[in-house]
Amino acid sequence: MQALYAQLLVGLINGSFYALLSLGLAVIFGMLNIINFAHGALYMMGAFAAYFLLEYAGLNYWWALILAPLIVGLFGILLERTMLQWLTGLDHLYGLLLTFGLALIIQGVFQNYFGSSGLPYAIPSQLQGGVNLGFMYLPIYRGWVVIFSLIVCLATWYLIERTRLGAYLRAATENPTLVRAFGINVPQMITLTYGLGVGLAALAGVLSAPINQVRPLMGADLIIVVFAVVVIGGMGSIMGSIITGFALGVIEGMTKYFYPEASNTVVFVLMVLVLLVKPTGLTGRAH
Amino acid sequence: MRHKIAALMLGVGALVGASAGASAMDKNVKIGVLSDMSGLYSDLGGPGSVLAAQMAIEDSGLVAKGWKIDVISGDHLNKPDVGSNLVRQWFDVDKVDIVVDVPNSGVALAVSNVVKEKNGVFIDSGAGTSDLTNAQCTPNTIHWTYDTYNLAHGTGGALVKQGGDTWFFLTADYAFGAALERDTTAVVTAAGGKVLGSVKHPLNTSDFSSFLLQAQASKAKVIGLANAGGDTSNAIKQAAEFGITSGGQKLAALLTFITDVHALGLNTAQGLNFTETFYWDMNDGTRAFSKRFAERSKNHAVPTMVHAGVYSGVTHYLKVLAAAGGNSHDGAKIVEAMKALPTDDPLFGKGTIQPNGRKIHPAYLFEVKKPSESKGPWDYYKLISTIPADQAFTPLDKSTCPLLKK
Repeated sequence: MQALYAQLLVGLINGSFYALLSLGLAVIFGMLNIINFAHGALYMMGAFAAYFLLEYAGLNYWWALILAPLIVGLFGILLERTMLQWLTGLDHLYGLLLTFGLALIIQGVFQNYFGSSGLPYAIPSQLQGGVNLGFMYLPIYRGWVVIFSLIVCLATWYLIERTRLGAYLRAATENPTLVRAFGINVPQMITLTYGLGVGLAALAGVLSAPINQVRPLMGADLIIVVFAVVVIGGMGSIMGSIITGFALGVIEGMTKYFYPEASNTVVFVLMVLVLLVKPTGLTGRAH
Repeated sequence: MRHKIAALMLGVGALVGASAGASAMDKNVKIGVLSDMSGLYSDLGGPGSVLAAQMAIEDSGLVAKGWKIDVISGDHLNKPDVGSNLVRQWFDVDKVDIVVDVPNSGVALAVSNVVKEKNGVFIDSGAGTSDLTNAQCTPNTIHWTYDTYNLAHGTGGALVKQGGDTWFFLTADYAFGAALERDTTAVVTAAGGKVLGSVKHPLNTSDFSSFLLQAQASKAKVIGLANAGGDTSNAIKQAAEFGITSGGQKLAALLTFITDVHALGLNTAQGLNFTETFYWDMNDGTRAFSKRFAERSKNHAVPTMVHAGVYSGVTHYLKVLAAAGGNSHDGAKIVEAMKALPTDDPLFGKGTIQPNGRKIHPAYLFEVKKPSESKGPWDYYKLISTIPADQAFTPLDKSTCPLLKK
């Protein structure tokens, strides 16, 4: 029973990463209608940005937490301005192929320079060590990841679903022409939204840098699972992707305990089941 | 001309101790380096293995003597079907003579069968499974650098002696992990120890926390990591995070490469014990080679034991061809000649190849230095003990290789 609690908690930690990443994907899909396959590569860039900031600029983890999402977010804005914006109105497939190609290029470049085993990034001194919860030893850093990503997820949800800015954004997705008529710069808003989604991916990258190795393929390993999370949650649904992210982390954790061999397929089995019963995903609306 | 060829073949027959009935001799050689070029094993093998093969060709001096030696390379993506199809094409279309490296035991076993069918030569450096020289041995395969028996006895044996008599395994869920767990279990139980349990994780796992918690809960004194590459470094890093090492349980990273230690950093990796058969800073010969290698490798990384094995294996292969005066393109005959000739190179020293295809050389038990002990980049290992060549690998009378039953 104790082991079960421990696995639940560990699942929640992984779920935080799924939630952060699928949230970014959901924001981008919901607002731009782009299936952002470069998300994993951008997540990886976030981790590398943290490494570079520490190694070459002497800026620690806390700085990286702020700066890395900004830097990678700017890179995302550049991508949107130079490439993605030309795909508005075209079939989803074009965006998917473009971002998939971008992901391969970005990963290839990093792999060429940094190899595959990755680079070390230490846990910040303030968050080292752990607490004994009785049923398990919880590293403080992991606890921090859960709490921090929960806050970020809820803040993003609030921004989009409950503020005036979010209302503009949602209106712009529904009817861009009308929103423009009110004097709102819709293309700029779309660009910034992509930047926000990318920034979220980079933030997840920084969070994961001290846990995993900073590796060029860290995103590629994760992104397929995250896509499954988004599909299960319902494409474009903000709250759906947050909840599904955490829930699937827990389910995967359980599988690692009861039948570890299936732990990297359980998410896809669930995806198939959900799609069979409810093709729009758990919280998605039919378009 | 015909007489010349006949004379040459006779000469080779005498040298090689084999009959000269094979196809015509020429001085063309094509080497195929099959490796994981883009995934979790690409640093321990990958492009570095291609470089090692090229260096072996350059150092052989055969090109200056009119030989034409080409290297081609391929990425098996850690998939046995991809690897064996590529190798089949190499033999059928590209006329490759010899396949080298092939990390990932699953791929290596598949490739070994294809090479036998095509009567080529297979020198495996990167894969671990000891099955390559036991039940699944072939007359065309030589297993060069290390194997699971060797790792199990080196690291496993040493840890049991130090009092680590209860074990729990984290095992990569494919041929290599299974073989390593099996061989280490045999060592542990033979020494009076007990295996309390094991958990199989998928290849290329980034999060090990669930598995580590199960290992922690088992209360075993030693947690054996029967995995490799990125899986090993992630597991080690996260074990430190979950307080496993500070809680008194010892980690046995059964297969560790210098690239893993480099990736982890000495702060995390210090104190780890493991077995390798090559380290760049062993003697003048290894240092000289490693310096030349690092000047040309990606990020100036020193060679891993897999790279060293590729160099050493190709060197020996070319030596045998040179002695024969040409390439007969008859794989089994060439391998037979390679087994007959003792090996000698600056990286592994003097050695032999057993009739089952097992290359024999000493193995070393290393410990990772503390950050304060390291004097410069890549100065990572302390030698704890040397396992002599005759004890490092499966004794011939214990080998289950069918070739030995003749």
